[in-house]
Amino acid sequence: MISGKAIKYGNNVNTDVIIPAKYLVLTLDPAELAKHAMEGLDPTFFRKAQGGVIIVAGRNFGCGSSREEAPLALKHAGAKCVLAESFARIFYRNAINLGVPVLECSGVSDNVEDGDELMVNLETGLIENRSKGLTLRATQLPEFIMEILNDGGLIEHLKKRGIK
Amino acid sequence: MNIIEKILAKASGKDEVTPGEIVEASVDVAMIHDLTGPLTIESFRKIGARKVWDNKRIVVIFDHLVPANSERAAKLHSIVREFVAEQKIENFYDVGRGGICHQVMPEKGHVRPGELIVGADSHTCTYGAFGAFATGIGATDMAAVFATGALWLKVPSVIKVNVEGRFQRYVTPKDLILNMMGEIKADGAIYKGIEFAGSTVRNMSVDGRMTMCNMAIEVSAKTGIVEPDETTLNYIKERTNKPFQIFENDHDSAYEKILNLDVTNMEPQVSCPHSVDNVKPVSEVADVSIDQAFIGSCTNGRIEDLRLAASFLKGKKVRNGVRMIVVPASREVYLQALQEGLLEIFLKAGAIVGNPTCGPCLGGHLGLLAPGEICISSSNRNFVGRMGSPKAKVYLASPITVAASAITGKITNPRELEA
Ligand code: SF4
Repeated sequence: MISGKAIKYGNNVNTDVIIPAKYLVLTLDPAELAKHAMEGLDPTFFRKAQGGVIIVAGRNFGCGSSREEAPLALKHAGAKCVLAESFARIFYRNAINLGVPVLECSGVSDNVEDGDELMVNLETGLIENRSKGLTLRATQLPEFIMEILNDGGLIEHLKKRGIK
Repeated sequence: MNIIEKILAKASGKDEVTPGEIVEASVDVAMIHDLTGPLTIESFRKIGARKVWDNKRIVVIFDHLVPANSERAAKLHSIVREFVAEQKIENFYDVGRGGICHQVMPEKGHVRPGELIVGADSHTCTYGAFGAFATGIGATDMAAVFATGALWLKVPSVIKVNVEGRFQRYVTPKDLILNMMGEIKADGAIYKGIEFAGSTVRNMSVDGRMTMCNMAIEVSAKTGIVEPDETTLNYIKERTNKPFQIFENDHDSAYEKILNLDVTNMEPQVSCPHSVDNVKPVSEVADVSIDQAFIGSCTNGRIEDLRLAASFLKGKKVRNGVRMIVVPASREVYLQALQEGLLEIFLKAGAIVGNPTCGPCLGGHLGLLAPGEICISSSNRNFVGRMGSPKAKVYLASPITVAASAITGKITNPRELEA
């Protein structure tokens, strides 16, 4: 179960606004990257995300570049999970690989407002909007993706399986 | 099966695959660059891997911040150089040796039809121009590929884009792909492949096909691809002598959707701020004043692009108040342009010619924008903040529209300027 307040954005939130290119030289310093998360769209994100939030967005979240610094910055800023109508595929994979759950949920942007209290059940794909008394159903994650998430990301997952 | 399904079936050792199926595929070639390399290397070490699965199948190219524009960038370069030496990776293009990764990969013979190629860069889909299945992945996925040589992939459904008709003068493959983006929209091809076909694509040069496939990612596609033909093979055979396998579509190949486009009456196209799919014919945006004009990037920094732009700029001047920046995509393109006298034309017109690098395309260096400034660019993304200030605006167009606009100081239809 993941719970937290929603921070809401629109459609086609791209990786250039999630982490502008000028910060990519900080690639090996996630804590520094995190301070600039979402800077191109919402410079207040880092402050608001402290302590943990759930990002809610429209279609094609994370489109654009392959930079893994995008989900990395969001994760270290405090994003516990991202719910969107749809995701760009490279962002989707990158987030899972870093152990950040990403769920596709049709209707999520119409049924969640900024600041709503959410409870997300990854196993069932059910999302409870406690502020509105609504339950939404996200597309369930396939088993092998759940395994990666449960291990805490692809690195731990591969270590467990003994890749040398 | 269609060509994408056939390549993925081969890569995963199966007779047949179907869209939606998840396969564990063997990678033929894997590429990293100076900005995605360091995190890949860090993840590789964290996995506990010591040796890459096959150092002959890995290509490392420095292009994003080249030459290093800051101490931090220099440090990242040195991390990657050490890794290259440690793993004995021969296919390494350091500063001054290569150029933009997506140009260098085919140029130096690292791309062949029928192969599965992954790159830690979203525009890896460019190599579909040669009938390969090529797609971008992130650093940790790449670390897993470095360690194991394999990757899980979902077999995509495919949109076929059939293009017919002859381009009018000064209308180019860039205009076609911008037009298509306006039709499909930025999220229209999530998790899908796009196949470019039809007589217009058949008649297109390798450069034009690369421009098309390059921008498949801008509608969020997993890859863009063109069935290999004589044009492909003529190029490939000059660049590599390694064997490869050519796949063709079965005549009953399944597609999710077929989009028919005709370029006969197409005007030059412009993608307006701040979304790649906000595409209009140039006449509707004419008169927007510009501060900067950029020709370069993995989309349009090739020799054909430079020739077209130079043919237009010859004997003319970039308007006062406009900065024009030309960045050839690779060392080879740069040399060719030098030999053909194109660089001289640019310099005499008042443009600056940069070294092969990504440079302004990603707001890295060599031409960032101040708040309120407007740039017309031959690159591929006009997102907020992409080329510098989040308060700047970027319009995307063909190199020739960029050149015409540099001369007049406002967005200009090249056909009008000529008249
Ligand atoms: S030229 Fe631009 S789009 Fe192409 S690889 Fe470089 S930064 Fe990316």
